[in-house]
Order: sequence, then structure tokens, then C-alpha cells
Amino acid sequence: SPGAHHPSALSLFSLTVTSEQIEHLHRRFKQLSRDQLTIRKENFDSIPDLEFNPIRGKIVHAFFDKRNLRQGSDGLGDEINFEDFLTIMSYFRPIEMNMDEEQLDHFRKEKLKFLFHMYDSDHDGKITLQEYRNVVEELLSGNPHLEKDSARSIADGAMMEAASICVGQMGPDQVYEGITFEDFLKVWQGIDIETKMHVRFLNMETIAHCY
Amino acid sequence: LDYQHVQVPFEITLWIMLASLAKIGFHLYNKLPSVVPESCLLIFVGLIMGGIIYGLNDRSPPVMDSDIFFLYLLPPIVLDAGYFMPSRPFFENIGTILLYAVVGTIWNVFGIGFSLYGICQVKAFRLQDVSLLHNLLFGSLIAAVDPVAVLAVFEEIHVNEKLHILVFGESLLNDAVTVVLYKLFRSFCEMPTIKSMDVFAGVGKFFVVGLGGVLVGLAFGMTAAFTTRFTKDIRVIEPLFVFLYSYLSYLTAEMFHLSGIVAIIACAMGMKRYVEANISLKSHTTVKYFMKMWSSVSDTLIFIFLGVSTIGENHEWNWPYICFTVIFCLVWRALGVLVLTFFVNRLHVNTITGKDQFIIAYGGLRGAICFSLVFLLPDFHRKKLFIAATTVVILFTVFIQGMTIRPLVDLLAVKRKRESAPTVGEQIHIRFLDHLLAGIEDISGHWGQYYWKDKLEYFNSKYLQKILLREYDQPKSSIVLLYEKLERKHAIELAEAGQLGHAPSHPSLLNDNRTILRDKKLEDALNPDVLENIQEILARNLYRIRRTGPAYNRHTLPGETEHVEHTKEILILRHRSL
Repeated sequence: SPGAHHPSALSLFSLTVTSEQIEHLHRRFKQLSRDQLTIRKENFDSIPDLEFNPIRGKIVHAFFDKRNLRQGSDGLGDEINFEDFLTIMSYFRPIEMNMDEEQLDHFRKEKLKFLFHMYDSDHDGKITLQEYRNVVEELLSGNPHLEKDSARSIADGAMMEAASICVGQMGPDQVYEGITFEDFLKVWQGIDIETKMHVRFLNMETIAHCY
Repeated sequence: LDYQHVQVPFEITLWIMLASLAKIGFHLYNKLPSVVPESCLLIFVGLIMGGIIYGLNDRSPPVMDSDIFFLYLLPPIVLDAGYFMPSRPFFENIGTILLYAVVGTIWNVFGIGFSLYGICQVKAFRLQDVSLLHNLLFGSLIAAVDPVAVLAVFEEIHVNEKLHILVFGESLLNDAVTVVLYKLFRSFCEMPTIKSMDVFAGVGKFFVVGLGGVLVGLAFGMTAAFTTRFTKDIRVIEPLFVFLYSYLSYLTAEMFHLSGIVAIIACAMGMKRYVEANISLKSHTTVKYFMKMWSSVSDTLIFIFLGVSTIGENHEWNWPYICFTVIFCLVWRALGVLVLTFFVNRLHVNTITGKDQFIIAYGGLRGAICFSLVFLLPDFHRKKLFIAATTVVILFTVFIQGMTIRPLVDLLAVKRKRESAPTVGEQIHIRFLDHLLAGIEDISGHWGQYYWKDKLEYFNSKYLQKILLREYDQPKSSIVLLYEKLERKHAIELAEAGQLGHAPSHPSLLNDNRTILRDKKLEDALNPDVLENIQEILARNLYRIRRTGPAYNRHTLPGETEHVEHTKEILILRHRSL
């Protein structure tokens, strides 16, 4: 099975996947790559439904973001192989009932890190106002009647909210540089991402722990 | 005295007056509603009333007519529930809800039916003439969780949203199953022989009843939305359409032997989005208030009548049967919840903790629906036994379970409802997550929940909105609406604090372009023209930007707990008069 050829991919998961799931993903990978060994950005154009997604650019970008691929380096790759594809998909695995507090916390942080990287497009570890504006503009880009200014003011307002959550009351001259990952965690505290951020078919059965 | 002439409306009004006065009475003592749920108090009042009537007339007091219950008292409550149902958590958990509603109810029906039949075999209880079919019939009416009772109790304990929606959604949707099984077993009682064809027909019927109900509801909902598109010049009767179409959907479904409850819920949920965009602000307020008022009255009357009907000679008190009924109801519900939740968690459809499971099982209250169904049973010699058993089960669940559920929720430290205010950031993040997950589902080639949601949204924006909305050119994203609301609230707070013209201290944001966010934004906000503009836009869309939190509470309306809401309205009026 394809899983056997990629031992390091499996080791990235704290729980292994069944060979069925890997088969399915492998088939999909081959479909997207047109039987090549790697996928490039252009290959994602062949997915018709993705076209209507307002944050399409960011999603595709996330697949090539080296920070998500756990390679310890930074920047954008040009192409990814099946192992990388699996790695990205692993961010969307669902929660396991028998996870303890520490595992749960790690699980949640991983997913939030993925999201953080999507917001933080210049890879500087902070979500600046400009990046936030960019996110909101993309999200509302499906609505042709919205003026550009509205999107900006919304982003500005959201940024101020985040500032007040993370830093509290600030003096008039205090500067808020941007949302760091710790602040990001605080903002997401109310939303239970561990149950929301998963693609259901990726349900993993524990065969063995290898981590 | 021409009493005969006015008797019927006079007596009805007196009963409603009694119910409302009782409600005032309860709320005079602040501590009482927190210890004893209102439903218990109302049943108690009903018991007293029933006792008085019995004492005076020396015959059984009027029993609540099943027709009155099903045709007049139940629809307002279900409409209220469906209209204010928070659709996001509902559809996120729809799989689990359907599983509990369908499979769980069937499990309960057969479990209770068969175990009671087993009890009937015991010679000492003198119950041998109660056949299996009778027991199954009884099981089918006693197994279903009642939405009225659940709503009455759960609205006071404020558990977390997911738990609430699971129990509540189940209580609403199990009507389809109850209707089918009840009618099936009743018709079996009258048939001399039962063939396996009939059983299969019964199963098929279930799908017809459920899906048919949904279709009827959606049809009326879309028609209602379409009608409100043209009501611009006759705003006064706009609220009427909402009620007329919903009631019609209920009656039509009942006429075709489909599930009326499912129909009215589908109607309310389907039409809500479009109707709210089309009708005026005042109409929307009217709809809201009337819905709450009617459902409140219905709710109160139902419980009082439950109390009244308990007194009298309608009962056969065979205590072994009654006690075992209560026991089996509890046991089978607990088992059902355990087993189903095991599968749900295992298949990663949902994650329901042990505490949640306990509350789901314990919150399976029975109420007036069972009561009315038992009176509708064909008259056979053991009917009074069933009536007695039903009465005891309902009283047990409402009194004992209703009163103890709040301390248990506290004891188990079940996760409670989150009381924080909505933030724009949260809306943005949730929307972002939606699109991200839809994208990942597309990439991995999986047609999952987000894929279908996306498709539905697409269909909505391309076709439905054009047909059903009057002003198509202003669809606003929920992010924009929420932002505008908060922005406005902020501006009004400043105005109230008399700080128009000063720039209060706020965190300033410097970005690469060195625009000092603070001054720019607040100056824009404080400019009276812009303020007027914002108010005008918002006044048109105001109904849509009210708190989208669930409106479970029978006593207050959503958005009324904030002092700022009042201030807003005063300021609008002031500005308009200038």
C-alpha cells in the first residue's frame, strides 16, 4: 500500500490512518497531479468547485507553505509530493475521544497554527492590519455591491476588537503591532475549533501510536 | 343574564386570564421560578382548579379535547420554536439529531412496548388481557420526547448551545416517527390479521410522512416569502401572512396524514430569511411579539389543562403497570442514548461527552402530546389504565426530572451557554473556516457537509434570492451587518457619553502606511452625516442584525437585555424628528 512507501508521513501523525484513507487520498493526488509525482499550483485549477471559493488563493497557498509542511524552513515551495499532501490533510483530522488534556491542547494549537499561517501571508509571525484587511476583502469579494472602504473599516474594527481582547485597555500612544500567535489563541478561545475544523471522511482508527 | 350567548368565548377568555394571572403570581416571588420550573407550578394550579371543579360539580372536570390541543394549542409553540431556531447549530448537528429522533424513538417504542408486554404476562398483576399490540401502541405514544415540556424546562437552565439543540431538535423531529408508529399500531389493532406487507408499508410510510412534511412546509414557506415580496404598500397586514402560511402548512400536513410539526418547522425555517428581508421593521417586531405571546399562552394553558385533566374518574390505578412504565421509560431512554452516542462518537459524526449524554437522557421529558394521544385511543376496556400510566409518567418527568435537572446541571458542571457578546472578529473567523473547509472538501474530493452548504448558498444567491426578495440589490453579508451594528452601538455610546467632538482614548493601530486608525475611524463615525447614513442603512436592515443567538426564553425577547437597544431606539426617534 502507498502508506508503506512513506514512513515519515505516518510518523507525523500521532495516530495512524487506515490504508483505505491513504488509498483514497493517493488516488485523488494522482488525479490532481495527472499521474505525476508532484503537484504544482496550476494543478489546483482543475478543481471546478474551488473556483467559486473566495479564499481560494489562500487555500492553495497553504499547501505550498513550508511552515505547514513541518520542514523547519520558511517560504513557499513550488511543488509538493504525496507526503506533503498527506501532511496538509492531517491538519483536518477529527478529534479522538480518548485524547487527554495535553494531547487535546496540542491538537488545537496545531489547527490554529495552520489558520494563523493562512492569515499571516508575509510569514513574519504577526497578522498586521494590512494582512487582516486582505483577509476580509477576500472574504467579502463575492459581494459585488460592497465598497472597498467597507471591507477596510470592518477589518479595522475587528483589529481593534482583537487588540482589546489581547492587550486590554491601551494608552493613547500605545501601538499594537499585530496579532501574534498567542493573541490569536486568545481570540479563538470561544470557538471550539477542534470539533469544527475537520473533514469528516478522514476518520482515523488507532492501529498503533507512533510518535 | 344572557350567559348562553357568550358562554364559549367567555369561558375561554377566563381560562386564558387565569393562566396569565398565575404567571404574574409566580414571578412576584423571585426565588420561585429558579427552584421550581414554571411548568410544575402551572400543573399544580391546574390540579387545584380541577379539584375545585370536581368538588363543586361532583363529576370529572372537562378533559382537554385532543382536537383543541392539536389544532389550536400546539401549533403556536412549534412555530415559535421553528422560527427562532438557530439554524447554524441545528444543521451542524442534524445527523445526530435525526439519529436520536428516528432511531432513538423507534428503539424506545419497541423497548417499552415489549418490556411492558413481558410485565403483563405476570399473573399476579392481572394484566393478561393487555395484548402485545396494545402495549406497542402505548409504547408508541409514551416514548416520544415532548417539545413543549423540554422547552419549558431547558429554557431556564441555560446549558450550552449544542446540548440544547440536540435535545430540543430531537423533541421536535420525533413527531414524524410518533405519528407513523401510533397510526400504524392503531390500524393494526383494528385489522384482523397483520401481514408482513403491512409492516413494510409502515416503514415506507415513515419516509413519506417525514419528507412529505418537509416538502409541504417548504412549499408554504417559499410561497410566504414570495407573497411578502409584494406587501410594500400594505405593511399593516404583513405579519398576518407569516402566521397564516405557517398555520396552513400545519393544517395541510395534518390533512394529508403527514407530520404537521415537521411541516411547520420547515415552513418557519425556510421562510425566515426571505420574509425578514422583505417585511418592514415594525412588522418584524409585531411578528416576534405575537409569536412569543401566543406560544406563551398556549404553553400555559396546556400545563393548566394537564393539571385539571388529572383529577377525575378517567383513571384505572393499576400501580404495578404504572410503576414499571415509569421505570422502563427511564431505562430505555438511558440505554438508547448510550448506544446511539457510542456510534455517533465512534463514527466522528459528533463528540458528545458523558455529562452531555446524561443530560440528554435525563432531559427526555414527556408532556402534553402523549396525553392527547392517549385520549385519542379507541375505546377499549383497558384505556383507563393507559390514561393513568400516561398521567403518572408526565407528572413524574415534569415534576421530578424538571425540578432536579437544574441542580444536576450545576452539580455535574455541565458546560453552560456562553454569555459573551458577538464580535466581528468571530464572524470573520467562522466564515473563513466555512470557506476553508469547503475548499478542503473540494480538494480531497469529498462531498461533505461544507460542500453541500456551499452549493446551497450558491443556489440561494443565484435563484432563490432573485425570486423571493424584493430588494435584491442589497444582500449583505452577516459580517457587514454585525459590524455595522457594533459600529453604531459604539457611536451611540459615545454620543450618550456626550463625547461628540472629542476623540476619546482608544488603542491606536499603526501599520506600515502610518495611518493612525483611531482618528480616522472615529471622525468618520462622529460626522453627523455619516451617522445619519449609517442609521438609515441600519434601520432598513436592523431586523437582520439583531443578536442571532437562540431566543429560548419565553419571557424576554432576543436583544432586549441590553440597555443600549433602548438608547438606540430613542436616538433614532430623536434624529428623525430633527
